[in-house]
Amino acid sequence: MNYKKLLRRNETALIIAIVILSAVIGAKSPEFFTLANLFDVFRSSFVQLLFALGVLVVIISGGIDVSFPVVGIFSGYSAVVLMQHFEWNPGNILLPVALAILIGILLGALNSIAIASFGIPTLIATLGTSGIFRGILLTFIGSSFISDIPLALDKFATADLLKIQPAEGTLARLHVLIIPIAIITILVSLMLNRTMFGRSIYALGGGIEATRRLGISVKRTQAKVYMFVGGISGLAGILYVSLQRKANPYDLAGSELDIIAAVVLGGASIMGGYGTVFGTVLGVILISLIKGNLILLGVSGSWQRAAIGALLLIGITVQAINESKKAKNRRVSTSDEAAE
Amino acid sequence: MSTLLTAEYGVKNIIKSFGGAKALSDVSLSVKSGQVHCIAGENGSGKSTLIKIMSGVHAPDSGQIRLGEKSFSELSPREAVREGVQVIFQDFSLLPNLTVAENIAIPTYISRNSLFFSKRETKKIAESALDLIGVDLDITASVEDISIASKQLIAIARATNLGVKMLFMDEPTTALTRKEIKHLFKVVEQLKERGVATVFVSHKIDEIQEICHTITILRNGEVVADGLMKDFKRDSISEAMTGLNISETRIAPPLKETTEKVIEVKNLKTKPTFSDISFSIAPGEILGITGLLGSGRTELAEAIFGQYPIDSGELIVGEKSIQLNSSSAALKAGIGYVPPDRLTQGLFLEQSILRNLVAVGIDQYQGKGKLLSKNRLTEAGEKWIKDLRIKTKNPSNPVTSLSGGNQQRVVLAKWLAMNPKLMILNGPTVGVDIGSKREILEIIRDRAQEGMAFLVVSDDIPELVQICHRVLVIKNGKISKSFDELELNEEILYEELS
Repeated sequence: MNYKKLLRRNETALIIAIVILSAVIGAKSPEFFTLANLFDVFRSSFVQLLFALGVLVVIISGGIDVSFPVVGIFSGYSAVVLMQHFEWNPGNILLPVALAILIGILLGALNSIAIASFGIPTLIATLGTSGIFRGILLTFIGSSFISDIPLALDKFATADLLKIQPAEGTLARLHVLIIPIAIITILVSLMLNRTMFGRSIYALGGGIEATRRLGISVKRTQAKVYMFVGGISGLAGILYVSLQRKANPYDLAGSELDIIAAVVLGGASIMGGYGTVFGTVLGVILISLIKGNLILLGVSGSWQRAAIGALLLIGITVQAINESKKAKNRRVSTSDEAAE
Repeated sequence: MSTLLTAEYGVKNIIKSFGGAKALSDVSLSVKSGQVHCIAGENGSGKSTLIKIMSGVHAPDSGQIRLGEKSFSELSPREAVREGVQVIFQDFSLLPNLTVAENIAIPTYISRNSLFFSKRETKKIAESALDLIGVDLDITASVEDISIASKQLIAIARATNLGVKMLFMDEPTTALTRKEIKHLFKVVEQLKERGVATVFVSHKIDEIQEICHTITILRNGEVVADGLMKDFKRDSISEAMTGLNISETRIAPPLKETTEKVIEVKNLKTKPTFSDISFSIAPGEILGITGLLGSGRTELAEAIFGQYPIDSGELIVGEKSIQLNSSSAALKAGIGYVPPDRLTQGLFLEQSILRNLVAVGIDQYQGKGKLLSKNRLTEAGEKWIKDLRIKTKNPSNPVTSLSGGNQQRVVLAKWLAMNPKLMILNGPTVGVDIGSKREILEIIRDRAQEGMAFLVVSDDIPELVQICHRVLVIKNGKISKSFDELELNEEILYEELS
């Protein structure tokens, strides 16, 4: 009960932070409180959120994956290259999406082999594979910028679910992705809370030896986790390519900071075992707000990374403080029990 | 039920060696369903190897495992679980971040090969499991927030739920208070009624005499004695375990009359943990402090070492009053502290025995130019190994290669090396076998004779009676009674505690 309360407090804190930040930004720039801007925040969060959901799952399992941005752009770029090479030009984006997810799962499987079969620590394993993946991408698949991406992907960038023209101001466009992204988010939440795979992920984050003794296969769970991250990163990668309307193999590098910061601020414990989808959604929104609007507050673009880095450290510090508070409470409560 | 009552579980003529070293030679034991059996033995006697063979972790070289009607030459872990063999390890193998209900129910889901997980079903599984053993717990609580005793009950509930027929409990009472032990024994009674063959692995002789019908005593991988518990006496059990005639008579050295005080504690208080704590210790005196778990005894010891905050009170060492806010201040004043949980607090487990021995007071070993002198370090380490009779082939092996009793000696040596005026020992012999225990107490005695003062915090009453000059009993954070050398005996202490 205690940790649930704590998480809830963490999520409340995030909501408050988002509200305050919005108020400050809104005071500086009235355009902020327009539908158009709200929809823009959504649009810029889609890809981030997908990556973040993948990272959430790994972090809950007690590991970390820093190869996901490379996996994302590798999958997205390769799917485009493949389609151009074979001159596939389907009418919708199902083919490129399926291709990218498959490539992502494949790359994730390589991570799984390094981690589950060889037992390499997760940070080192994914750091190594991210170098390998990037090398393969730039050497064998392509290092040039592709601006004429397949038509279906290009058109999807402007596929709006609804357009609202307010009496004055800019046209507000809500991208159709809001629906699949919402569904995926709910599915990930259901997976974590309502399937044995999901509970095994939490178990793994709670302790490897105890998980093994419960009869859960540690290796199989780990393998699935890294393949899941690969797949969801592949999806994020192809959607990124589509929304940008270009495929640049140098993109997304360095985005791991934003994503990991969002997940940790969302309350996932870097030590594993804790984390919720709702918290992650809030974390992503907060980071998006900062990235998109800090400039309105007179903070220069180059300081954004510093700000996000600082937020990541704050998030982890809060976790550490809560942890030691909890330890102290536990102590007092055992004394109380004895006093009865 | 009637078929269950006649079922027998156990092993016959088991032999097992590891790389030439014989761990078990021709070991047989048998437990009937509905009985409680005890396996007693010192560290390294083969207890854990036996458990691992029965639970399918190790395969025996020869011999048979008998589970009811069936007989196996070896088991896989999965088969062991299917045949109803369950082990409750000392760490309980619970997941701290999941709820009580989830910890109980997850293995059931796995045995059903379920893909999905439902809160309602989990609650149902957990509640029925707790009902089976007659225990009532908040199943929505996170396991990290509950007491050790509750964790143990959860582990038992989980095992019962998986259709346990033979249940091993490895040192189940180590971290429990007397009240909790009583409750555990009630639960064991329930298991008996359900026809479970329960095996207690323990070296707390009082407890095994209370709960077990039959006993097997192992020494160096052989059965040295077995039979009905009522045919064994306390002394005969410990003699069989150690092969020595170890007495439990008092060994406290005579105390010199003196008005000198090593330390004086005045009105120490921290709400709500303890208050009105005043006492003093003379040079060479061994003062015992006991109390139930949660009485404040551990916090008091930590407070004197500057690791637990205090609201008010004074600590006078020699003539000076010292500030109780950091362990380095306490160290400077000549106070040493050996924590109860040596594994997490007292040792660098992966480091060598030698390095651990010299870790405290490392400054003493500086050679030329402030650099550490390797020769001096080795010399000092080897001296301690000899003085404290630490059993190791190679001092550069990691501390984890040592048995519990020897690890505890390393911790002791580490602190004795600083030559403190007052040494606080919190649970000095927890998890240490009888032979080693006596030797550790003798080390304490010898140092006390040289004038070192000791504060021994322990719930091991016989140990306190053997070694202390005076024992303070803490109840609800206050000193409820003080017994001096003439009054001190086990009954009087047990009575004051309960």
